[in-house]
Amino acid sequence: MSTDSKSQDLMTKQLTEVKTRVAKVLELAKSLGADGAEVAMSRQQGLSVSTRMGEVENVEFTNDGALGITVYQDGRKGSASTADLSEQALNKAVTAAVNIAKYTSVDDCSGLADKDLLAMNPQDLDLYHPHEISTEAAIELAKECEQSALSADERICNSDGASFDSFTGFKVYGNSHGQLVGYPSSRHSLSCVMIASEGDDMERDYAYTVNRDFSLLDSAENVGLAASKEVLSRLQPQTIATGKVPVLFRADIANTIWGHFIAAISGGNLYRKSSFLLDALGNDIFPEFLNISERPHITKALASSAFDSEGVLTKDREIITDGALQTYLLTSYSARKLGLSTTGHAGGIHNWLVNAKGHDGEFDAMLKTLGTGLLVTELMGQGVNVVNGDYSRGASGFWVENGEITYPVSEITIAGNLADMFKGIVAVGSDVDMRGSIRTGSVLIDEMQVAGH
Amino acid sequence: MNSVEKALLTDSHIDDEILAKTLASMMGRKVDYADLYFQASQHESWVLEDGIVKEGSYNIERGVGVRAISGEKTGFAYSDDISPIALQQAADAAKGIADAGTGAQVKAFTRKPAIQMYQSVEPLGSLSQEQKIELLHQVEAHARQVDSRVKQVIASLSGVYDTVLVSASDGTYATDIRPLVRLNCSVLVEDNGKRERASAGGGARTDYSYFFEVEPGANKARYLSYAEEAVRQALVNLVAIEAPAGNFPVVLGAGWPAVLLHEAVGHGLEGDFNRKGSSAFSGKVGQQVTSELCTIVDDGTLANRRGSISIDDEGTPGQYNVLIEKGILKGYMQDKHNASLMGVAPTGNGRRESYAHLPMPRMTNTYMLAGESSPEEIIKSVKKGIFAPNFAGGQVDITSGKFVFTSSEAYLIEDGEITSPIKGATLIGNGPEAMKKVSMVGNDLKLDAGVGVCGKDGQSIPVGVGQPTLKVDEMTIGGTQ
Repeated sequence: MSTDSKSQDLMTKQLTEVKTRVAKVLELAKSLGADGAEVAMSRQQGLSVSTRMGEVENVEFTNDGALGITVYQDGRKGSASTADLSEQALNKAVTAAVNIAKYTSVDDCSGLADKDLLAMNPQDLDLYHPHEISTEAAIELAKECEQSALSADERICNSDGASFDSFTGFKVYGNSHGQLVGYPSSRHSLSCVMIASEGDDMERDYAYTVNRDFSLLDSAENVGLAASKEVLSRLQPQTIATGKVPVLFRADIANTIWGHFIAAISGGNLYRKSSFLLDALGNDIFPEFLNISERPHITKALASSAFDSEGVLTKDREIITDGALQTYLLTSYSARKLGLSTTGHAGGIHNWLVNAKGHDGEFDAMLKTLGTGLLVTELMGQGVNVVNGDYSRGASGFWVENGEITYPVSEITIAGNLADMFKGIVAVGSDVDMRGSIRTGSVLIDEMQVAGH
Repeated sequence: MNSVEKALLTDSHIDDEILAKTLASMMGRKVDYADLYFQASQHESWVLEDGIVKEGSYNIERGVGVRAISGEKTGFAYSDDISPIALQQAADAAKGIADAGTGAQVKAFTRKPAIQMYQSVEPLGSLSQEQKIELLHQVEAHARQVDSRVKQVIASLSGVYDTVLVSASDGTYATDIRPLVRLNCSVLVEDNGKRERASAGGGARTDYSYFFEVEPGANKARYLSYAEEAVRQALVNLVAIEAPAGNFPVVLGAGWPAVLLHEAVGHGLEGDFNRKGSSAFSGKVGQQVTSELCTIVDDGTLANRRGSISIDDEGTPGQYNVLIEKGILKGYMQDKHNASLMGVAPTGNGRRESYAHLPMPRMTNTYMLAGESSPEEIIKSVKKGIFAPNFAGGQVDITSGKFVFTSSEAYLIEDGEITSPIKGATLIGNGPEAMKKVSMVGNDLKLDAGVGVCGKDGQSIPVGVGQPTLKVDEMTIGGTQ
């Protein structure tokens, strides 16, 4: 307890120091002629260890800092950043930003976020849980994780290592509207990548646990066992016949589907007319049973934030209600381009909760609903075109018959169009993966084109 | 003393003696090898969109990375402060890992100037700010002039001036100045309510004058060609039909489609994966791993290329390494650490994103040498298949060998003729199997335009690829029909 409060004090002191520096940089920008400026500064320190086959591989002490400044002058914008935080480098960065703003063009839409939308006194979201851990203890944790996987089955013949990472840091944001806010945060994770072989086949897979609070991490043993289970289940894969089949995206990769949706309703793509969801506000994008809510203020959550990267106060929002699109995801700039108001999405989304009441169920129930078709557990490549919605990606997973997993599948592709895939969602499981910024269960889509043999 | 030494060491009150003392203090704990990597870089970018210069940015990075190796163990620490005190603190942290080793001593530094693969130029100042902006305006104007269906243009220019200095316990002492420039043009075309986006660009390790030069065999300056190429690709996709799903012969165009080699072969031949036995190519040196038509090299020595390095990030000079000769696996790409553990020589492939990252075996410019066939006869040999001259990117699972890459421009081949353009689709295969199905290799070796970025373990570095036109007898095409 005493170490925790000591590190809390240290962090508070550092945070105050950084706030003072940010305020000074803002002053400097003003004195150099900027009529508006915003500064973001972050610092992160931590320990990263990895082991492989029971031996220490890397021990890395991280200590990163960065400062980014954007200045505005008569409607022109200039930016600079530096990872060198010496006084000299900071001055150089501010001068460079002011100088750049002499050459960029007047842009009516650029500028700070509107003052009345800013989070002047952001709430504490309980994101800072430092955990003092010695290098030796961190190594032990990684070793234990890997050992648990290695001893699970003799087909697990090799390892690409286990790693434990623990970081603490803080972000400070200030602008010439008088906003100066910041908060500390922490992040701890443990993961391992295992390799199994049988006959000529060699496969890899991984498992991980991540949390802002060390005490809420899954045990090293469980992470190792999860990795071993994953990799063993992949051995001796087959391809399946080319054809159209229903596809179930397992919860841990289902977030990719929502990720494509996020890209399609993001302001930057909308004002550039580079989305297949233009002018879609109020339209039925998904089936009626589907709802997506954004909850930025969940305490301890990984994607929680009281303000976005422009200092705008984040709010609870409904993204999808009864299948219909309720809001775009906008920054000040993209909002002005579209004649709308920012939604506080500069820097991304904040905790999405995907819900499909009446069309859900645990993983086994989802397999039953799938019946006979493809369960996808891994996707490869970037074959998604958000301009027209075309989707084509490499996949691996399992062939399912009558609700039962029968054999592993790899070296196939799945393809379709995102607009059809969204409409074709049949169910979203209650097997929610809580580790990411999107809390979703597995997603079942009625039909996709598979290319195999 | 050169300008790099002055900027990175002398100005920070660090001299040879401090370097040697720092390294010696780490070796004292029975570390086999230790190195110090000093870096200072400047990066600028300019973006023109909708006819106005929207963004301009300038970034500074400066710091030192300190590494200590003991057997398979590596200790690593870094600091954004280059000073004798920060250096010693980082060294103390990094050496903490070592509890075994041979107790090697620090060798006297040898300053061996490496052969320069590019000029020591500072690109950021090679054009005035006004000239940079004018260049972007001209790119946009040209793209719009090419076709009235062009509705939007984003032109961007970036330049990097990177300086590094490596000193190591094995006596290595080397510096490098690495310029890198890049110009890109992205267009949105619209016709009858249908929209497509495409982009094209290029770059090299030189200054901005590169974009005003005319590529050998071309008739206009590079910056104009990029604009035309982006428009051409977008218009092709505007009329693309659904791609087929299933197994077909695939003809890959010359140049950038060598993303295939990078994914299907390149990553699997990086030394770290092979030391650990986790690659589909592990233990296969001397064996036939591709069709005998394939000779594949990794070459850091090409003049001014994006992937070239005068020295790698461990001070080893860039090299021409034959990876596969007529189908036979010759060797892996190595950094010092993996080379020493595998009992071979380093190959000049030890690269890192920055001082804050550990070096690893990485590719430079990876390409396949020319074969005998003409591109025309390769197309003619296909009854029903795909011709893919452009790709967006790829990914590989080096353990199972499965790789994907996604076409950004492709056509059907019907009865030996290129016919309809088809929509972007992902192609999937197994590296060693797919490379054995290479049945024709063209006589038209071409390198990419200088746009490649390779990611590994979260570290991004510039790379190049190249190949002649080649035919793979069968690959899985992820279309929708």
